[in-house]
Amino acid sequence: MSGLPPYASTGQRAWYYGFRVICGLIFFFLMAPILVIIPLSFNAQDFFTFTPEMLRLDPAGYSLQHYEDFFTNPDWQQALSNSVRIAPAATVLSVVLGTLAAIGLSQSHVPFKGAIMAILISPMIVPLIISAAGMYFFYSRVGLQGTYLGVVLAHAALGIPFVIITVTATLVGFDRSLTRASASLGANPVTTFFKVQMPLILPGVISGGLFAFITSFDEVVVVLFVGSAGQKTLPWQMFTGLRDQISPTILAVATILVVISVALLTVVELLRRRSERLRGMSPG
Amino acid sequence: MAAELRDYIAVYNREWGLTSDTTDAFVAFDSVQKSYDGETLVVKDLNLSIGKGEFLTMLGPSGSGKTTCLMMLAGFETATHGEITLAGKPINNIPPHKRGIGMVFQNYALFPHMTVAENLAFPLEVRKIGRSEREEKIARALDMVQMGAFGGRRPAQLSGGQQQRIALARALVFEPELVLMDEPLGALDKQLRETLQFEITNLAHELGITTVYVTHDQTEALTMSDRVAVFDDGRIQQLAAPDQLYEQPQNSFVAQFIGENNTLMGTVSKIEGGVAEVTLDGGEVIDTVPVNVSQVGERTLVSIRPERVEFNKDRLHPDAHTLKAEVKEFIYMGDIYRTRLSVAGNEDFIIKTRNAPDQRRLNPGEMIEIGWRPEDCRALDA
Repeated sequence: MSGLPPYASTGQRAWYYGFRVICGLIFFFLMAPILVIIPLSFNAQDFFTFTPEMLRLDPAGYSLQHYEDFFTNPDWQQALSNSVRIAPAATVLSVVLGTLAAIGLSQSHVPFKGAIMAILISPMIVPLIISAAGMYFFYSRVGLQGTYLGVVLAHAALGIPFVIITVTATLVGFDRSLTRASASLGANPVTTFFKVQMPLILPGVISGGLFAFITSFDEVVVVLFVGSAGQKTLPWQMFTGLRDQISPTILAVATILVVISVALLTVVELLRRRSERLRGMSPG
Repeated sequence: MAAELRDYIAVYNREWGLTSDTTDAFVAFDSVQKSYDGETLVVKDLNLSIGKGEFLTMLGPSGSGKTTCLMMLAGFETATHGEITLAGKPINNIPPHKRGIGMVFQNYALFPHMTVAENLAFPLEVRKIGRSEREEKIARALDMVQMGAFGGRRPAQLSGGQQQRIALARALVFEPELVLMDEPLGALDKQLRETLQFEITNLAHELGITTVYVTHDQTEALTMSDRVAVFDDGRIQQLAAPDQLYEQPQNSFVAQFIGENNTLMGTVSKIEGGVAEVTLDGGEVIDTVPVNVSQVGERTLVSIRPERVEFNKDRLHPDAHTLKAEVKEFIYMGDIYRTRLSVAGNEDFIIKTRNAPDQRRLNPGEMIEIGWRPEDCRALDA
């Protein structure tokens, strides 16, 4: 970030500043819709628009009433507790299965690696509505439709591709001679996995797990198909809220979800940097 | 024939103070073959016995099968055919972690998420050795490689040479009887390599550990080993002590792979009394030691070491055969002079002479006569 070199031509100068403008526009385009809901969620009225009081920055135009509604309304509380029960369970399942799959697929002797990988990744590529419809019919047959376990399994299937991709990426940088060294020092394969391999691929496992968590926490299509009223999650409740009554409580919930997501990402990134620094993989 | 050969090897080994008898060998490869694809053999019918406490080096170009042999011994590869025994027990069906063999890797393979002390503690923890004994062993191992003050560091904070010292300490800390080293000094600079060569050999001998060392660096092999096995094309081409390997190569591959070597092509014209007379392609006649030629008329590659060539007539045997040579290039290398000659059609005939006060420098264009003792000139397979 030392800026332009002294020999830069006019074209290079124009691109140098033009590039920054383009980046700024992209960030604006991505973030403005999210940022705009944050002030709106403090609206004192039951509207989705900025009232004249809010624009005048009059304190009377702001209130916490929508947050209050979220924390007191039994519908929202039920949805929150469902989300909080489903997402972690789906995450744990995704992480365990996804990590094992990634390690298995990284072995050189596995046949049909490409095909297996494609099948495991497919929930990420196939349109969600198709997966959801398929799961609905399948789960109805086996009696999982409308159960807590069914939703967890469905969300795990959606989360596994993220874990496989991030763990596979970290395994590429994993030195195979470390497992050999571990074996030569007398450690059996299980000890080698937990003491040597796992700590080193942990950053990939954690970020995959984070993606899996957020996928489950934000997911609405599959849960609409697979779940029943008993498994109504936060996104589902937001979806019904939008359709039925357009309550600004949705904005309060959205703000809370944004804050949680940002906090999670920040914490994980800090942890990852710390562990990388500890093992000297990056100079930071 | 086979019995004769075995007797010969036994006598030969006794003379050289070597053990090759499979019954008291510490490590033995018995007709071991290895193929990765089921078609081509990477290791072809390998027989090798390593005595207890011996420092044996497997030397060879890449793809010669030396690393595969080491990996089979460590247990990371399985032999397609044949048997490997360790202390008399077959180990083909023992997984690597139960073999108790220490190993040093070229890229060190230290665990990056552990400190130096934790790295060394790893094999001891796996063996459930108590804390106080563990610490004592770690301290002793670190002192052994002069890294006593580095226990709290992480591998990434150490230089390459320091990391390899730690890797060595880790391979020795659980007191294995056999240590394998896979090109451990390959990634280090020349000076450090020489220091570590010396330290590794000393340690191995002090501790009485049997060492199998793989390298493609022949200087390393010659300076460190009790015996060297030269690999090429999946076979051991020659297994001998360093001096013997250098001075008495058994075939032209070994002669050319170990050290610098001058070669002349010719045909055997007479074999008599342990001396083979070879007529070179240019018509000149020289006396040689027949190594693997047995018949008159056979094509042969004659090999002479550059430092055994003499151009000072006073130092030559009076009736030694001599060859005419033209000096092409004189290279001053400090301790030695290296002169390139044109001899009997070979434009790259090198001689090396010591930079001594009475040594003459040859000038390009000069015509000289060169000669050697017949026993330094070996007639090998063409």
